[in-house]
Amino acid sequence: MTNVVVSVGADAVAPARMSPRDLAAEAVAGIFARPGRTVLTVLGTVLGIGALVATLGVAKTAGNQIVGRFDELAATSVVVTNERGFFFGGGDVRIQIPADAEDRLLRLNGVTAVGAMGPVDVGGALVRSVPIPDPLAQTEFQMSVYGATPGLFGATRGALSTGRWFDWGHSERADRVAVLGTGSAQRLNVTRVDQQPVVFIGDEAFVVIGILDSVRRQPELLNAVILPEGTAREVYGYTSAATVQIEVEIGAASLIAEQASIALSPDEPTLLRVQKPPEPGDLRRDVEGDVNALFLVLGGVSLLVGAIGIANVTLVSVLERVGEIGLRRALGAARRHVAGQFLMESTAMGLVGGIIGASMGVLLVVAISATRTWTPVLDPWVPLAAPLVGAMTGLVAGLYPALRAASLEPVEALRSG
Amino acid sequence: MTVEAPVVELREVSRTFAAGDVSVPALRDASMSIDRGEYVAVIGPSGSGKSTMLNVIGLLDRPTKGSYILEGIDTSTLNEGQRAGLRSRRIGFVFQSFHLLAHRSVIENVLLSTIYNGMARPDRVPAAEAALVEVGLAHRMDFLPTKLSGGERQRVAIARALVTRPAILLADEPTGNLDSATGGAVLDLFDELRAQGLTLVVVTHDTEVSEHADRAVHLRDGRIEVES
Repeated sequence: MTNVVVSVGADAVAPARMSPRDLAAEAVAGIFARPGRTVLTVLGTVLGIGALVATLGVAKTAGNQIVGRFDELAATSVVVTNERGFFFGGGDVRIQIPADAEDRLLRLNGVTAVGAMGPVDVGGALVRSVPIPDPLAQTEFQMSVYGATPGLFGATRGALSTGRWFDWGHSERADRVAVLGTGSAQRLNVTRVDQQPVVFIGDEAFVVIGILDSVRRQPELLNAVILPEGTAREVYGYTSAATVQIEVEIGAASLIAEQASIALSPDEPTLLRVQKPPEPGDLRRDVEGDVNALFLVLGGVSLLVGAIGIANVTLVSVLERVGEIGLRRALGAARRHVAGQFLMESTAMGLVGGIIGASMGVLLVVAISATRTWTPVLDPWVPLAAPLVGAMTGLVAGLYPALRAASLEPVEALRSG
Repeated sequence: MTVEAPVVELREVSRTFAAGDVSVPALRDASMSIDRGEYVAVIGPSGSGKSTMLNVIGLLDRPTKGSYILEGIDTSTLNEGQRAGLRSRRIGFVFQSFHLLAHRSVIENVLLSTIYNGMARPDRVPAAEAALVEVGLAHRMDFLPTKLSGGERQRVAIARALVTRPAILLADEPTGNLDSATGGAVLDLFDELRAQGLTLVVVTHDTEVSEHADRAVHLRDGRIEVES
């Protein structure tokens, strides 16, 4: 009788184990085994991530830039009209804008300048600067004639090339004076006002006291003949302004837009239409949205191509390294160790691609901004999240090859390797 | 009287491969045991089941019938993870085609065994260096395998198998890719390891190789014919 001594320790049958550090080291070694191929593989992810980061950055930068440019002029402009919009039934039922619109609105806190204007019905009369028709040239023109309050000059940020703008005195006395826009002055051949040139609207004569060189708002004034409101009322029966141009302090636009229609028409404020500047936030989001939608799709496509590249190369690498996989299994690697190694290799390639791509994307944003003398703007989370997106891409791309590697039977793998 | 359990014990082990509807028996009712310190050659013509037997002993393959007891542990009750763990600690492999990683240096190839084995990190490099000294490659540690001769490559592979101090060394045609001089050097190395008390199983069709062994197991058509 023999006694069989069985020496089975507690951990004699412990499953195979591998430290994460060893796993990482093996993955890195695998990547650097074929550096040229790794570089080409990573390139796809670099392009994808780079395109995404650059897109987000350029969109953000351009959005900020547009807001910066629009802010100064548009954000300080509120326009009230008595035109009835299409949705309100249209038609000619217009409410009157009171003659003291300037006084009423200037009392509101935040308003810096107010001017009212409206088209004057001159009954189809033509405008000319000389009393006798010249048969060789056109001397009579169809022109817009506007009645305006003295404050309109300031509210439109006008600038005169010569002469002066009219004041309340002209309007109250109904003086026969006019200011020409630069376009209409050119057509009427009026270049100077020191000799008090006269223009005729039909048979009515008006002394030109100034030529408007430019306006920042209501540019139709530049091709018109502008009469003081009181003059237009007396000569042509002008009843009401159609448009009130209000300049407000920055940040006051929304508030003034609410108050202006009430101040002008306390009984029926809803009959006036108020145009206020878009909120800066909305504008920025719109621009970003437009740019992003297109280019994010492009970036996503490049990233997908990058992922397919990683998947492809990892799969080829699995097939090439069948012998190595068999050897590792023989040395005691469990299936999950083999899968983990290939997953980590593809993830690391994605991560490296993400880091390089994010750097290149940021550089691209800076370069584009530099050529346009813009201020580059980028959300800080974009370059931080980009490497993670790259790593995720690599992880997903490596799933199938890793499962293929893990499913190899060690005996088969050793034989074919 | 107390006798140590055999390192390897096969009890009526069969391994059948299914090829479509036909089942091909590669190993039929093989029973044998190998004691600690024995040097056993498994010989037979190709297709006789030598490699299948080695794969079963090396826990790379499971028998379809019968049981295999390794150092007193019935391996049929173990799951894949436990079998991988046993491979990493108790079994060393030497292959005909060496299976060295071409991009890693000699010592890195040897260190590969230690990462699945749970060996403490500070112990690894000294163990690998000791194994390389043992096989006579102390002067080649930082070479790439591609710079070595065939005999040297096989000795690197043997060092890789030895570094974890396994209970048994399994060699599959270890001299198959070597000329007779370098092959002879590898066999001399096996003799030395045998003298130090290592248990060796060498699969070969070369009778010269089997002459070095304590005994030879002859296989034919999956059956053990003679033990000599």
